[in-house]
Amino acid sequence: MIDTAATITGNAEAAQIVGPPTRGPQPVSITLNVNGAERTLQVEPRMTLAEALRGPLRLTGTKVACNRGACSACTVWLDGATVCSCMLLALDVGTRRVTTIEGLAHGDVLHPVQAAFIEHDALQCGFCTPGMVLSCAALLERTSDVTAEDVRAAISGHYCRCGTYPHVVAATLAAASTRKSGT
Amino acid sequence: MTTNETLHTAVFPSGIASVGLGEVTRQIAADEPPPLPPNAQLAVIGKSTPRLNGRAKVTGAIRYTVDVVLPGMLEGRMLRSPLPHAMIRAIDVSAATRHPGVRTVLAVVRPGDATGGIVRYIGAPVAAVAATSRAAADEALRLIQIDYQSLPFVADMDAARGPDAALVYDSVSAPHTHAAQPLNGNVRGPATTSRGDVVAGFAGAETIVEGEYRTHVQTHCCLEPHAVVADWRADGLTVYLSTQFTAGVRHDLAEAFGLPLNRVRVVVDGMGGGFGSKSALGNYAHIAVTLSRQAKVPVRIILDRQEEQMDSGNRPETLQSVRIGARRDGTLTAISLTSYGSAGVALGAGVGNVAESLYPCPNFEGAQYDVFINAGPGSAMRGPGNTPGAFGFEQAIDELAGRLALDPLVLRDRIDASPVRREERRLGAERIGWQQRHAPGADRGPVKRGLGMAQSLWGANVQINSACEVRVMRDGSVEVLSSVQDIGTGVGTILAQTVAEVFGLRPEEITVRIGDTDFPAGPPSYGSRTTASITPPARTAAWRVLQSLYREAAAVLNVASEKLVAHDGRIVVGDDPSRSIAFREACTHLRTDSISAVASRSDDYGGFGRRMGDAATAMQDLGGVQFAEVVVDTETGIIRVERVVAVQDCGRPMNPLLIESQVQGGVLMGISYALFEERILDRNTGHMVNPNLEQYKLVGVREAPTIDVVVLENYQGNSATDAYGIAEPSNIATAPAIANAVYNAVGVRVRTLPMTPATVLAALGKIPDPERQQ
Repeated sequence: MIDTAATITGNAEAAQIVGPPTRGPQPVSITLNVNGAERTLQVEPRMTLAEALRGPLRLTGTKVACNRGACSACTVWLDGATVCSCMLLALDVGTRRVTTIEGLAHGDVLHPVQAAFIEHDALQCGFCTPGMVLSCAALLERTSDVTAEDVRAAISGHYCRCGTYPHVVAATLAAASTRKSGT
Repeated sequence: MTTNETLHTAVFPSGIASVGLGEVTRQIAADEPPPLPPNAQLAVIGKSTPRLNGRAKVTGAIRYTVDVVLPGMLEGRMLRSPLPHAMIRAIDVSAATRHPGVRTVLAVVRPGDATGGIVRYIGAPVAAVAATSRAAADEALRLIQIDYQSLPFVADMDAARGPDAALVYDSVSAPHTHAAQPLNGNVRGPATTSRGDVVAGFAGAETIVEGEYRTHVQTHCCLEPHAVVADWRADGLTVYLSTQFTAGVRHDLAEAFGLPLNRVRVVVDGMGGGFGSKSALGNYAHIAVTLSRQAKVPVRIILDRQEEQMDSGNRPETLQSVRIGARRDGTLTAISLTSYGSAGVALGAGVGNVAESLYPCPNFEGAQYDVFINAGPGSAMRGPGNTPGAFGFEQAIDELAGRLALDPLVLRDRIDASPVRREERRLGAERIGWQQRHAPGADRGPVKRGLGMAQSLWGANVQINSACEVRVMRDGSVEVLSSVQDIGTGVGTILAQTVAEVFGLRPEEITVRIGDTDFPAGPPSYGSRTTASITPPARTAAWRVLQSLYREAAAVLNVASEKLVAHDGRIVVGDDPSRSIAFREACTHLRTDSISAVASRSDDYGGFGRRMGDAATAMQDLGGVQFAEVVVDTETGIIRVERVVAVQDCGRPMNPLLIESQVQGGVLMGISYALFEERILDRNTGHMVNPNLEQYKLVGVREAPTIDVVVLENYQGNSATDAYGIAEPSNIATAPAIANAVYNAVGVRVRTLPMTPATVLAALGKIPDPERQQ
């Protein structure tokens, strides 16, 4: 018989060896790398990355629409890969680089996807737009050899109630061809 | 300034540009601007100008209501009824009040209050708290003790019509219309309209088609939730609200809280969709203001997605019986319509005027009933009434064409009096390749292709109570101001185009300040009336300011000011273009730092068809014809829409790029309505079982077909811009066009929405009807 009593009821020392240290429920201090800058903030352990960005960090460009990973409005990049920031605890981000919609342009120079979204009117109310832009831009960061099907795959998890999908696809293809011919 | 004595004659372009333009002569007031030429002759209006706040939207800089943070602001949350029908016997908020994060608590429903302490749907607000964080507010809600006495309920429209159904209301508490229609159990109505003699009309018919059509509840699913920040102060109330009608909500607030209008301010910048559900104040906003008044600090309420789905409005369900009588040549002899619809605990579940007005028919009889059930209140949603109404009626017309062995387009050419839709049918048929349409169900094999079409009818609405100010500064900068809000159509950009055209400037040189009741009261963003209502006063105000500026320029150029024209950034002597002054330089001669004019919406020059208070409808309705190509897998029941051609009209198109976006959006919402979306209410508990965005299915990019948008230029000489709306008409014909295409594919009519695989397989007789299963 395996004696598990130590891990269940055992002393504090044993528990610390088995699991990571307990944090919270009070706010704890974490440091996030957001848009290239180190930001230290207080978060409750239950706080999602989306809440941390929108709340203490005041980066309200990240939008929350469903808060359970069904609509992708809250998309940000973690080390360049798209994630739903409503489905990730801020505490779990660690040292990974977070890029939000506010960090996509280089100063006043828009990312080609952002510029194309404006030109092709790939936005209406604009609430899904930050997430859409980040998913399409992530696609272009991987390759500029992009087909319409690639764009559809990139935004297949995104909902746009205004119905911008056709213009989003057109804009992203245009951005891809600009980037291909321009660089 | 505007008096009858100052009327003068003006000649306007008239007709459909692709058919050929003529002229119409109108008597207009002297202070109205001269007729605007057709788009081909204009520099800015009618051009595809990208929206001016696009940069703010793609960089995340634009501020929506959910982004508003005020110093000391609290987060409000609401406790909602867990029962579909109950009387509150006692409510104890004391424990919530003692929560350390809580600043104030509100019992929304109390025993013996005006409501009788009764809640009538799951999700109805019963109490609210304002706390230092959303999490603290949620914790406090769980401390509120409520003693509910459960009451009998009904959460199914068919059951609610039965003689033994539980009653949602009694005769005193039931909502009623101005017409004071009778209440019979849970059924209010009918609202009736009739003309001629339908009995004689059906007796004289050589063919009669009749059918029963059922449409489901659709929820708005605005991506920005309903949200409010209320800031009650001793010197006035400021409310930041995700709203479609700042000026209207200001009225609502003033009345609800006993404040004068000049002490209430409503503000919205970014607005994350509304689709009809953000038209009025809303219970959540009323609660936020009350909490702010109690707590003496700003209070924000943002609904979560479950609250959105249960208690922020929805498109009512309907059951429609349509009967059409015709002669062999297609001549309509009689139409009758009976509809039952449910907007939950609210009224407003009618099916509009498609059956009554789309085609002239001498004999018509309509009876529309509202059925109360214990579910969240419905509200207007993109093309309310006519969207479900067209699903039934335009299928019935398609069925009539089949019965008469007439092409659906040929039948409509015979019975549709609208020259606009005639041209739209012609253009659309050409685009979709209508001549390749085969007989119903002609494809062999299990996967079948079909082509269908349907038509739209929507009033060309105008808000007469719409005003706009245009200011020109001494440094040459220009701004346009109105409380009108941008729901996402880009009305700010359209306003900038309108004003830029007058001054001979570029749209980006115009600063647009909207979405704030501190500016002249603008129209709502509903009823497809925003552009029609606010662009004429914008042009009029700009034109009046320009006349003042011309006087300064005339003195400098030493000519009569009537000779001046403005284009390309200059004010030019019309008959001697070598003499001119830069717009900016002319402005330096102003006697004051700025000059300004405020204009309001004049009546349509040709008169209105109908007028009700602040709202009116133009003489000519809006049309719209849509064609759909679908593929139906008869083994799985899956419908795939491959292509939609949408041919629409909106008077003068102001910005084709933005119009294309609107129409694509209308079509996609129509596809979503036709195939995917459905609020599923458990009739045994009254719970919505899919109050989210994963089991409530919306169209995604994978299901988006190719959408061809064709927009007519249809001039009527009716206002300073002659522009009308587009958002709702583009949504109305989609579902029936798809249904008619499905019929063409499989030869069987699907009369129930949404056309899910189960519905299709049931229509094909391959499985039992899911509606009839318990």
